[in-house]
Amino acid sequence: MIVSLALILLAQLLGEVVAHGSGLPVPGPVLGAVLMFGFLLVRDRYHRSAERMLPKPLVQGELEGTAKGLLAHLSLMFVPAGVGIVGRLDVLAANGLALAVVLLVSVVLTLSATALTFVAVSRLVRPRRPDETA
Amino acid sequence: MTGEFALWVYLTRTPLLWLTVTLVAYVVAERFSEATGRHPLANPVLHAIWMTGLVLKLTGTPYPTYFQGAQFVHFLLGPATVALAVPLYERRAVVLRALVPMLAALVVGAVTALTSAVLLARAFGLSHGIVVALAPKSVTTGVAMGIVEALGGDPTLTAVLVMLTGVAGAVVVSPLLNLLRVKDLRARGFAAGLAAHGLGTARAFQVSDVAGTFAGIAMGLNAFLTAMLVPLVLGLVK
Repeated sequence: MIVSLALILLAQLLGEVVAHGSGLPVPGPVLGAVLMFGFLLVRDRYHRSAERMLPKPLVQGELEGTAKGLLAHLSLMFVPAGVGIVGRLDVLAANGLALAVVLLVSVVLTLSATALTFVAVSRLVRPRRPDETA
Repeated sequence: MTGEFALWVYLTRTPLLWLTVTLVAYVVAERFSEATGRHPLANPVLHAIWMTGLVLKLTGTPYPTYFQGAQFVHFLLGPATVALAVPLYERRAVVLRALVPMLAALVVGAVTALTSAVLLARAFGLSHGIVVALAPKSVTTGVAMGIVEALGGDPTLTAVLVMLTGVAGAVVVSPLLNLLRVKDLRARGFAAGLAAHGLGTARAFQVSDVAGTFAGIAMGLNAFLTAMLVPLVLGLVK
């Protein structure tokens, strides 16, 4: 658990360093995720050396378990920021109803447009055989 | 009496109390959500937020004091974002096969999110400051605040609107897509992550790992695309 967490934090730290160093408009943790993805690719590509050189938790599934454990409670992590809006409801009170309608309608339109486009395009693409899509 | 009061004053100033309140509120909300079979209206974030907010209100605790305790939970958002790489890696074959529908849905979704918010806000006669703060509302908080700050808007207002969008999206997504008869979990997850960033992603992971994976991808890609589109669209409508 600690080894896995250390690797996750290390990826985030490197991500932050790259994000701030390069001035890219990408958050550090997102770059950290890219690095983690790269780590997993390399680990499984050189499976034998990885088993010899890396700590066991990183090759025997514990890393995956830790990551999924974090994601299972993603909801919890939004609570502190969410509580912040309770104190800012005054901002909304001024434009209350109009703003609420705009937000809700926009969210409904966005969800519908995105999901329907995904389904429609995947139907268009599907007739091709998997070996032809490469 | 004064002894009890002193203890209360001491406790409200330590991270322990507010960390505990946050976790307990979440556990209660999570149990409720489970008991209702993950009903969209029983969204654990929504209910944990108002319960915690109520405790703060009743005790007259300022948000910064609360955040000293809650920051430990808040901090985990970073590592959790890194952790998104794991389900993405495990399902990379499925994701790769859906590349074309994903990119199409990304472009249509990002443009819809942005233009619908801006045009509706203007139609309702909301001020330009609010229109700017509203434009990147479907994007994850940190990125949205960055976009608005660069345009000279109010990032705090953006943070509030982003959170509200996330909560609304997480609550609405399942019933809406049932109504539209979208059964494809990849499409459902992708829409949730695109329209409602991390909160949509959290909701998608409640439903299935596949939906969660696609939500995470949508959240990341939309942050990138919206950051480029916002200045463009706001330039057009100004």
